Formats: sequence, structure tokens, C-alpha cells
Amino acid sequence: MEFITQHPVLVVSLGKIAVLLFVIMTVLAYLSWFERKVIAHIQSRWGPYYVGAHGLLQPLADGIKFLFKEDLTPPVADRLVFTLAPFLALALALTAIALIPFGPPMQLLGQQVFVVSNSEIGLLFLFAITSIGVYGIVLAGWSSNSKYALLGGLRSSAQMISYEVSLTLSVVGVLLLAGTLNFNGIIAGQQGYWWHLIPRWHIFPQIIGFFCYLTAAIAETNRVPFDLPEAETELVAGFHTEYSSFKFAMFFMAEYANMITVSCLATILFFGGWLSPFPDRWTWQLFLPGAALLATGVYTAFDTVAQMRGLKRLQMTIVTLLALGIGSLCLIPVVAHVIQGPFWFSVKVFLFMFFYVWIRATLPRFRYDQLMSFGWKLLLPVSLANLVGTAAWFVWGWMRHG
Amino acid sequence: MSIPLIVFFACALLAVAGAVTLILAREPVHSALALIVVMLSLAILYLLLGSDFIAAVQILVYGGAIMVLFVYVIMLLNAGAEERTDFSKLAKFAGVPLGFFLLLWTAHWLAHSPAGRAAGTGGAARHGVSTIDLSLLIFRKYLFPFEATSILILVAILGALVLARKSE
Amino acid sequence: MSMIPVSWYLVLSAILFGLGVVAFVFKRNIITIFMSIELMLNAVNLAFVAFARAHNQLDGLVFVFFVIVVAAAEAAVGLAIIIMLAQNRESLNIERVNLLKF
Repeated sequence: MEFITQHPVLVVSLGKIAVLLFVIMTVLAYLSWFERKVIAHIQSRWGPYYVGAHGLLQPLADGIKFLFKEDLTPPVADRLVFTLAPFLALALALTAIALIPFGPPMQLLGQQVFVVSNSEIGLLFLFAITSIGVYGIVLAGWSSNSKYALLGGLRSSAQMISYEVSLTLSVVGVLLLAGTLNFNGIIAGQQGYWWHLIPRWHIFPQIIGFFCYLTAAIAETNRVPFDLPEAETELVAGFHTEYSSFKFAMFFMAEYANMITVSCLATILFFGGWLSPFPDRWTWQLFLPGAALLATGVYTAFDTVAQMRGLKRLQMTIVTLLALGIGSLCLIPVVAHVIQGPFWFSVKVFLFMFFYVWIRATLPRFRYDQLMSFGWKLLLPVSLANLVGTAAWFVWGWMRHG
Repeated sequence: MSIPLIVFFACALLAVAGAVTLILAREPVHSALALIVVMLSLAILYLLLGSDFIAAVQILVYGGAIMVLFVYVIMLLNAGAEERTDFSKLAKFAGVPLGFFLLLWTAHWLAHSPAGRAAGTGGAARHGVSTIDLSLLIFRKYLFPFEATSILILVAILGALVLARKSE
Repeated sequence: MSMIPVSWYLVLSAILFGLGVVAFVFKRNIITIFMSIELMLNAVNLAFVAFARAHNQLDGLVFVFFVIVVAAAEAAVGLAIIIMLAQNRESLNIERVNLLKF
């Protein structure tokens, strides 16, 4: 008890970590549902449909299936490293999220509410953690003692190192504009509007940097069209060929967690984080989250009555009631004020996730030599040029105004 | 025991254990993993010493770039278990005790040297080094060495390219 | 909050450096020998940071920064050399690389 009163930081942080972990795990599970559903609709299919209404219970079914499958370890594998690799991948992917602020620096008990750790050099730590995330994949590839897994691991380490350079360089332009490595500082620097309408986000002056970042980020998370480490047409399943059961699920979750991290980072650096895209004088935007949820509730109510039968009708009724209930709760002014920041943040991150899935459904995979020459001969020079251009613009400004 | 003390001993033990594993492991990948453990625990020690920036750079460059390259090369060359050669009896019976003696003597000397004692008051109070001060130092006082390292890196890139180029 | 004497950091740094020397002498694989050099550099870095803390001067941290940069450059060139050696000798054992030895 004495320990707790002496170290309030520890206790509050643990509470925040528990809440964040719960939210992230749920989001990860439903991202898989979201991805399958969106890809299916792009390809004129229905996607998950049978488990629950609209396949809403599919993630639960998948989770149970992963837990009860037999956990195989190849006899020739390096047992220790083989077991360590998925844990490393998932743990590092989740650690990175701890640095991300989901809302304005609101204080409660002397602690910020919406971020687990508000470091003065948050961006640098985020890059540090994501850069060692590659070990999960590389070690999985090596320890499986299988040629496909080894090739996947080799490709992934080469790809990660190559694209990490462009990723970091593309962000430096934003850092020059922001003048700080702290996430809250970077977002605070994007407040205000041009001509009282267009938000002062870094995307507008740094559009080249943004596209470099986006490309490099997709490559960093091993997603299509850069998913060479697990290219199923060449390498069976790449680095996780030999993995089964829950260890496989951990790689899966790590990939989604990495996607969330880079999307959050893009939101913070280029799209103003939790800032609203509308000018402050438009006060009706305060009720936008509640209105959006209520609209969803109305739609699902219609869906429940018109489409669903039996058990699925019951499930959709629960979803409808939840949407309507939380929606009307969000209309209360106090709640609306608190929810504003996290709402805009999650809307932006959600759009990025949709973009990821969209890319996956439409683009074919690169060939390996194309991947490498694209990274080194196009992406790196362009992001370097962007950095030099930004720096030159600053110097020009100084020379004019002294 | 306060929390910094516990963290210090945990990281110190982890670092020493990692270094010992580096020596004892026969698979190069295990050695590389042990070295990564050493580097990460050193990064935590840097945090404890209040230099966040150096800790981040340590993880970013050592953990995220140099060691990934090492692991990559180990995988590329498919380096198997190391061949052992039996080293001389003299090393075993004289070298090891002498090494331990040297270590103890150094520790004793460090603990009682003026630097060690003067440092004792400095301690690890947790107010971090400001990154702004550090960057001012790098870009003003140490500007020339900083630019020199960029030339060094350029030379290193050229050297690696020349070595890696396919000979016609 | 109790203080941790800086001399403890120095002792740890000495131990790590010593283990690095031992690894450098005992290991037979070129790559692990290279890794033990990195271990020694790390030990020295720890001493630099500890001294910077003790004297409240940032110059030590700048040195650590430079050491890390040099280590990165060294790793790039060194590993390229190791790949060439491994291709020419078909072995990573350091005792096979004795062309310059009488």
C-alpha cells in the first residue's frame, strides 16, 4: 500500500496499459474481420458471413481455433529461438503503441490520460522500437531451419534495413517544421488554419515526404505490394511457414499492431493527430461523434428488421442498442468534449487502415530486384531531395528576415 | 531497495549474463542474440543515467541497424556451429585466475579512485539531459568532427560497395 | 531515491570490456570476433555516459554519439570484408585466414 502511494506513476501507468491493451487487442481482432470483409466486397464476394450476423463473431471463432490447434515445432528447429521469435514480434509491436498520444494532453491525477508514456523524444523511441521489431521475423526465419523460412527472413531483414532509411529521412522534413521530437509538440505545431479554413497540417508543405513515408511504411510492415518476406506464390508462407497455432496468431497480431503504429504515426506527423479538420468556430462538430454513432445505430436497426432472422436478429439488436446508447451518451457536452480528440484520431487512423486494405486488394506484388532498386534508387533520393528542399526553404526564410 | 537500484542490478546482471553467453554460445546467431541483450540493457542503463537521447540512438543504431546486419550476414553465410580448438593449458590455469585478479583489482581501484568517489555524489538523480543542449553542442562545438563523420560514412559506403561489387 | 554511485557503472563497464577481450581472444568465428569488438565499444560507451553524468558535462555524450556512428561505418565495411573472406576461403574459422602469417 505504501509502495503504491509512493509511486503513483507506476500505478497509473499500469492502469493505462491495461486499458490500452484491452482496446488494442479488440481492435486487432476486428481488423482481421474488417480486412476480410473489405477485400471480399472489392472482389464482389461476401466475406465472413456465417459466424454471427455479418460474420461479427468470426474473430472470436478464429481466436478459439488458434488456441486449440496443435502447436507444432519442427524437430530440426532451434527450439529456444523458435519459441522466442513470435513473442518478440508481438511484444515489440505492442510496446511501440505505448508512445502514441491518442488525445489532447488532458491531466488526471497529475498524469496524462491519453498516452502511456509522453517522452520528450517520443519519435526517436518509436523508431528505435519499430527498428528492433524486425528480429521477430528474422529469427523466425532462421530458427525454423527450413529453406522457405530462411529466404523469407533474409528478404525481410534486407527490406527492413533498406526502407527504414527512407522512412526516417522522409520524416525529418516534418521534424524541421515542428522543431521537436515530442509527439504532443508536433501536433501542437499543426494548430491553426490557412485562410480560416484549411488546417495547418504538415501534409500540405510536406506532401512529397508524406508519400515517401507512406510507401516506406507499407514496406516496413511487410504488406502488399511489399510482402516479399511471406510471398506465398514463391515461399509457401515465408518466415512463418513452420509456425502453427497460437504462435502463428501472434505473428498475425504483430503485423496488424505494426500497421496501427505506422498509421498512428502518419496521423500524428502529417494529419494533425487528434486535431479536428474543421475550424473551431464550427461548434456543431462537437456532436459529430454522437451523431455518427446514432446514424450507425439507425442503419443497423433498419438492417436488423429487414435482413436478420433468428439468433442473428438478436445479435444485431444488441449492436444497435450499443450504438444508440453510446451515441446518445456522446451527445452530453462534457463527454463530447473529452471524446473529441480520440474521435478524430481514430477516424484518421481508420482511414489509413482502409487505405492499407484497399492497396492489398488492388496491387500486385513487386519482384525482389524491383523492390530493392525502387527503395534505393527512387525512394531514397526523393526523400533526400525533400529533406534538402525543406532545409533550403528554411535557410531562404532566414536570409530574407535575418 | 529503491526502484532505480533494482533496475540497475537487473540490467547489470542481464548485461554480464549476455556477455558470458556471447562467449559460451557456439551458434553465431545465439551469440548475436546475447549481444543484443547486452545492448538493450545498456540502453536502459543510459535511461537510468538520464541520457534519453543516447539510449534511443543506442537501440536505433546498434539494435536496429548494426546487429540486424550481423544477423543478416550470419544467415547469408549460413554460419554453422563454431569449430572449437583447445586452447593452451597455460591459459586455463594461469590466465583465468589472473584475469579475475585483474578484474577485482580494477574494481577496487575504480571504487577508490578520485573519479569514482567524486562521481559517487553525482548519482543517478532522474532529471534528463535536454536533447536541445546536446544538439547545440554537436552542431556548434563539435561541428567539424560531426561533418568529418559524414565523410567517414561516405567512405564506408564506398568501401562496402567496392567490396561487394561483382568482379568482372 | 537513493543514489547509485557512478563507480558501479564504471565497474560494470570494466567487466563488460574484460568479457569482450576474452571473447575476442577465445572465439574462432570471424563474425563473433567482430561482435566482441562491438561489445568492447559498448562497454566504453557506458563509461563515457557515466563520466558525463558524474561531471555534468554533455561532451561525453557527444563522444558516445560519435562512437556509435563510427561503429556503424565499421560494421558496414567489416561485414563486407567478412563476406569476401567467407567466399574466398569457404570457412569462417579465423585460423584459416592466415595468409599473412609466416
